[in-house]
Amino acid sequence: MKIHEYQAKSVLARFGVPVPRGEVASSAVEAGEIARRLGGDVSVVKAQIHAGGRGKGGGVKLARSTGEAEQLAKNMIGMTLVTHQTGPEGRKVGRVLVEEGLQIDRELYLSILIDRAAAAPVIIASAAGGMDIEEVAATQPDKILREHVDRATGIVPFQARKLAFGMGLPGPVANKFVKLLDSIYKAFIETDASMIEINPLILTKGGDLLALDAKVTFDDNALYRHPDLRDFRDLMEEDPLEVEASKFSLNYIRLDGNIGCMVNGAGLAMATMDIIKLSGGEPANFLDVGGGANAEQIKNAFRILMMDTNVKAVLINIFGGILRCDILAAGVIAAVTDLGVPVPIVVRMEGTNVEEGKRMLKDSGLKFATADSMGEAAERVVSLAKGA
Amino acid sequence: MSVLLNKNTRLLVQGLTGREGTFHGKQAAAYGTNVIGGTSPGKGGSTHEGFPIFNTVAEAREKTGANASVIFVPPPFAADAIMEAADAGIALVVCITEGIPVVDMLKVMAFLDSHRGTRLIGPNCPGIISPGKGKAGIIPHNIVREGRIGIVSKSGTLTYEAIHQLSKVGMGQTTCIGIGGDPLIGTSHIDALKLFATDSDTDAVIMIGEIGGTAEQEAADYITAEFSKTKKPVVGFIAGQTAPPGRRMGHAGAIIAGGQGTAAEKMDALTKAGVHVVKSPADMGTKMRDALGR
Repeated sequence: MKIHEYQAKSVLARFGVPVPRGEVASSAVEAGEIARRLGGDVSVVKAQIHAGGRGKGGGVKLARSTGEAEQLAKNMIGMTLVTHQTGPEGRKVGRVLVEEGLQIDRELYLSILIDRAAAAPVIIASAAGGMDIEEVAATQPDKILREHVDRATGIVPFQARKLAFGMGLPGPVANKFVKLLDSIYKAFIETDASMIEINPLILTKGGDLLALDAKVTFDDNALYRHPDLRDFRDLMEEDPLEVEASKFSLNYIRLDGNIGCMVNGAGLAMATMDIIKLSGGEPANFLDVGGGANAEQIKNAFRILMMDTNVKAVLINIFGGILRCDILAAGVIAAVTDLGVPVPIVVRMEGTNVEEGKRMLKDSGLKFATADSMGEAAERVVSLAKGA
Repeated sequence: MSVLLNKNTRLLVQGLTGREGTFHGKQAAAYGTNVIGGTSPGKGGSTHEGFPIFNTVAEAREKTGANASVIFVPPPFAADAIMEAADAGIALVVCITEGIPVVDMLKVMAFLDSHRGTRLIGPNCPGIISPGKGKAGIIPHNIVREGRIGIVSKSGTLTYEAIHQLSKVGMGQTTCIGIGGDPLIGTSHIDALKLFATDSDTDAVIMIGEIGGTAEQEAADYITAEFSKTKKPVVGFIAGQTAPPGRRMGHAGAIIAGGQGTAAEKMDALTKAGVHVVKSPADMGTKMRDALGR
């Protein structure tokens, strides 16, 4: 689960990570008041969306007065912000974070995530902060420092010192970095984060280290034990169909094409998208109904598929194992009867009770196109979506 | 021969009294697997569907000689169950459970570092089946047949698809290994390939991967350096060629992050390693037939 910058900073601050003073505002007036409370000559107004690259898109601005802070917030709130991470449709800004301006001496980079190959957390640090880290990795790979964390011991101070001196931090700052990294690592483990990225981590002219930006993602599988973090979910940032699907424990991801797919199993669902594309079509979604889907879930899945008005044809690809083909057929027949699906449907079933499932579809009196293999099914649905 | 499972396997079901555990425990026994009982803390001493129930894995092992375990306990308790099995000295632990937090799996991996006698398969996997010998997991046994092809896969239903396509071209399987779609798993593609490399009854392998991580690229390096010496053909498919970056495609591990873990880079690495990579998931069976010159 992704969260906003202001939420990420509140989590990090809880673990003792220094962050700039600031508050979140959902109106221009509020933003002005926050700037006044912060005092100082300069404040920063930052649009809160779940995507990076906000600065280049005009979502991060300096204000030299409270009036300017209010005006900037007025412009930002409600605007659609387009960055390289939002796609061309952009994201609507609902809130801004207003923070104190700081005298920056150096910008560093720091992140923690799981290195899957090493099956351990890895700390990534760089003296080249404030830029896209992928770009740094590509152009100045020697500026990227990595430190794997021992699974049994957790982060040890010497590792933090190695990174600090590797980034060229002076002694007293290095000591602050050791403490900061310890706090961030604790936050990572205790909140079940899948990634914490601080870019930039700044060294102020006064010699302090602060997280000027923060991106935190949580492990969805662990949210059950963090009710406080679950409250950070912002439904405005999610596709409405994906929100609807999540209510029924359906794994649905909306895509740009016009062929709706309903599949059991994540791997087969991805493979079904792939074969549609190979056959010259474009998938409208990823949908895994899971191994234990019942008739009711099939119906909900169908309803959500059809809420996407781009869908011109549907491909159902089920390999019955635990989910029996006759159960699937009953669910599909009920859904189509109740919902009156107006587009052609191609069904490809295989596996447990397939003959019974096929017979039920045939006897239903409804118009299904059937196929005996994935390849044939994909070709049928692509030509049907093209109106052939 | 087959790998991992054979006629000496004595299978314990952790979480046997739950819905999934009951169903699949009975299925495994019906397929001829020697299911020696199950664990369910607090219900020790009773029987469930004719299977003896034990409070702890250690007790079950002591009384039944269990040497393998399959886990069907819910995600909050699954990491604990894996470690309990390893501590009891169970050699093969297959964890079906989907949704275990990564932090819990970090603990499991550290624990397994000091319990080298245990091999973990999964989690978030369909388990393993050796046609004609037995199964530990949820792969439907009515679709498999005995033969000489090994399958290793991150995905359950794609494994079934591969089995079905092999049947259509008249080929069966030695063992099918579902290694799971989580970011941290006990047995990798490489580990499975190593097992198939030394199995004299396995002539060739179907390897199914998906977007996310670099396990397939590492497998490609291993194939180039070692597996290629066996002259056993490998047919490969990578799911997620059309997956958008930054989105988790169902499996916790199936995500293109920071531009890495794409299907294209995996397919490229495997092709360079001499793997017969198919673009279409419908071509796994026919490609295997061609690769074996049959």
